Amino acid sequence: MVRKVVRGFYAVAHAVKLCRPNVICAYPITPQTEIVENLAAMYANGELENCEYITAESEFGAASILVGASATGARTFTATCSQGLILMSEVLWNAAGMRLPIVMVIANRSLSAPLSIWNDHQDSMAMRDACIMQVYVENNQEAHDMIPQAYKIAENRDVMLPFMVCMDGYKLTHAYEPVDLLDQETVDKFLPPYDPPIKLTTKDPLTFGCYAPPHCYMEFRVVMQRAMERAKKVMEDVFEEWAGLTGRNWGGLIATDHMEDAEVAVVAMGSVVGLVRDVVEEMRKEGKKVGLVKIRSFRPFPVEDLRKALKDVERIVVFERAVSFGHEGPVAMELKSALFGHSDAKVYSFAVGLGGRDIPKQLVRKCIEKSEEIEPGFYFEGVKDFEEVIV
Amino acid sequence: MKFFFSSGHGACPGCALPIAVKNVLYALEGKCFVVNPTGCLEIISSQYDRSAWGVPYIHSVFENAAAVAAGIEAALKALGRKDEGHVVVFAGDGATADIGIGCLSGMFDRDHDVLYICLDNEAYQNTGNQQSGLTPPGSNTTTTPVGKLLPGKVGKKKDMVAFALAHGVKYVATASVAYPMDIRRKAKRAVEFEGAKYIQIHCPCVTGWGINSNETVKVAKLAVETALYPLVEYENGELVRVRKIKQRKPVEEYLKVQRRFRHLFKHPKGKEIIEMLQKIADENAKRFGLDE
Repeated sequence: MVRKVVRGFYAVAHAVKLCRPNVICAYPITPQTEIVENLAAMYANGELENCEYITAESEFGAASILVGASATGARTFTATCSQGLILMSEVLWNAAGMRLPIVMVIANRSLSAPLSIWNDHQDSMAMRDACIMQVYVENNQEAHDMIPQAYKIAENRDVMLPFMVCMDGYKLTHAYEPVDLLDQETVDKFLPPYDPPIKLTTKDPLTFGCYAPPHCYMEFRVVMQRAMERAKKVMEDVFEEWAGLTGRNWGGLIATDHMEDAEVAVVAMGSVVGLVRDVVEEMRKEGKKVGLVKIRSFRPFPVEDLRKALKDVERIVVFERAVSFGHEGPVAMELKSALFGHSDAKVYSFAVGLGGRDIPKQLVRKCIEKSEEIEPGFYFEGVKDFEEVIV
Repeated sequence: MKFFFSSGHGACPGCALPIAVKNVLYALEGKCFVVNPTGCLEIISSQYDRSAWGVPYIHSVFENAAAVAAGIEAALKALGRKDEGHVVVFAGDGATADIGIGCLSGMFDRDHDVLYICLDNEAYQNTGNQQSGLTPPGSNTTTTPVGKLLPGKVGKKKDMVAFALAHGVKYVATASVAYPMDIRRKAKRAVEFEGAKYIQIHCPCVTGWGINSNETVKVAKLAVETALYPLVEYENGELVRVRKIKQRKPVEEYLKVQRRFRHLFKHPKGKEIIEMLQKIADENAKRFGLDE
């Protein structure tokens, strides 16, 4: 292992290489592009053995190519975000239903209109119900570490589902950070070659992607839900094994700070967690009983862990990086449904930093403090004074 | 003969699709991976627990068969399994020329070692005869219905052979279920070329075209004999073979036996359409040297 100051996209590309993928396919989209550019360079230099790198005609094509490749028994990788992710959406739902363990990195970016290339979580949230695992990372080391773990979880026979490693576009993908880069030996020891239980082969011809009339469709959906439920345990085991192997413990489906005696819990996902942690530490030093809950796995949703971690708190402040328009922030929605009947805590959901709007430390602190005075509900924070004009 | 596409599938009596599929699979001795987008063939053959396929088969979505095939080919290459078999797509005309044309262009452009076969029944027949880019002019479909004003489809049949040739596809051919031995020969010839291959097979649809179930081959033959569906073969961009026509028939003979064209003989604009179709046939005959 060697520590280097690298940018997020390189940390990801390097980890992907060490996982020995067989087919990499992508279409460029900001701010993901540098991930696949780095992989393309590795391919051009002959650093990727037994691997085909394909530049597709669209994200839709890229996802489709990986469906064919994965079904044939290849370990696959792609990266995308924003418009590219929702363009892939039809195929990704299909890949999940066919139980193909495609691993992808989402360089989280907002959705159009208006067009924005900057960061929030609206893109991956749009894939919430697709039966694709979603883990949000806080920094580039976690992104780097998550790649081999994603393959190991996705390819586990109890799971066999696609996996999205969600890392904030620009904020992480383009940030320079010191990263302990894995070596081939460590990854080889951790991640066995992909050996699917079934695949497309002329030696044993099987039919993939059948159609199911009403008398047999539901059972397919039942087993998908079961696989997601089993993925929780598989994730915990893999995370633990990783901590043992590398000495880096990122936690379980959630990670908590100061929650033992916390009266106020702050819940967040992704790169904003680092900032929230600073604020929580600051407030702790002032004697305030504040704790942090970092949600790592959004799908499967860590219902049991959250119930346990939040059972004694009075208030929960959620930082949202997306909106479920017509309702509220998606993280708070999930959280409240998990806590229903298990907690009387008041939930305050603050949408911040949409479309890359800056999230200053003072804003985070203001939201936490404000929750003492306002009604529970959904609020946009960091918004300018403006007048809505209806023409 | 081993069954690579077994009986018991759900095709209508007289359906042309199994004729095309069985002959291609027979020619390739079942050594192939089949990719099939959503459509008639998929619905009749791939119901859960009742698959008709004796070869590895995958259906993903409607518009991505060419890309899925490219992925299979890339995986076989990466995994050192290229000798396991050919990658073959069987796609309908809508999946090929309309909704899936982006993925098809990408696959052609990257020149994946894939045999792409378009089963051309000239409309979205699985959902009940809606017009596609390969529906010929004058055809009465549910989305180009005959009305007081309009005589069925206005516009032309998309030239997918030219589309394939423009991409530099090394082997491009048309075929017809009226000539099964020709289908076999073309499939065999196609896979001798490394890279993308395109064969478009004319497949009459009993329900959509409004023909009797025992007339599939007869109607398919008339399309060839009128020069409305010229059978051509290109290798490396050069026209190398055509099926010659002994005594070319007027297009009316092909049109009058099908319900989808019947209105042309009484609609005020029908004559104009028939003349246009005859002109297309004449041009085909001239361009490809079809008349013997």
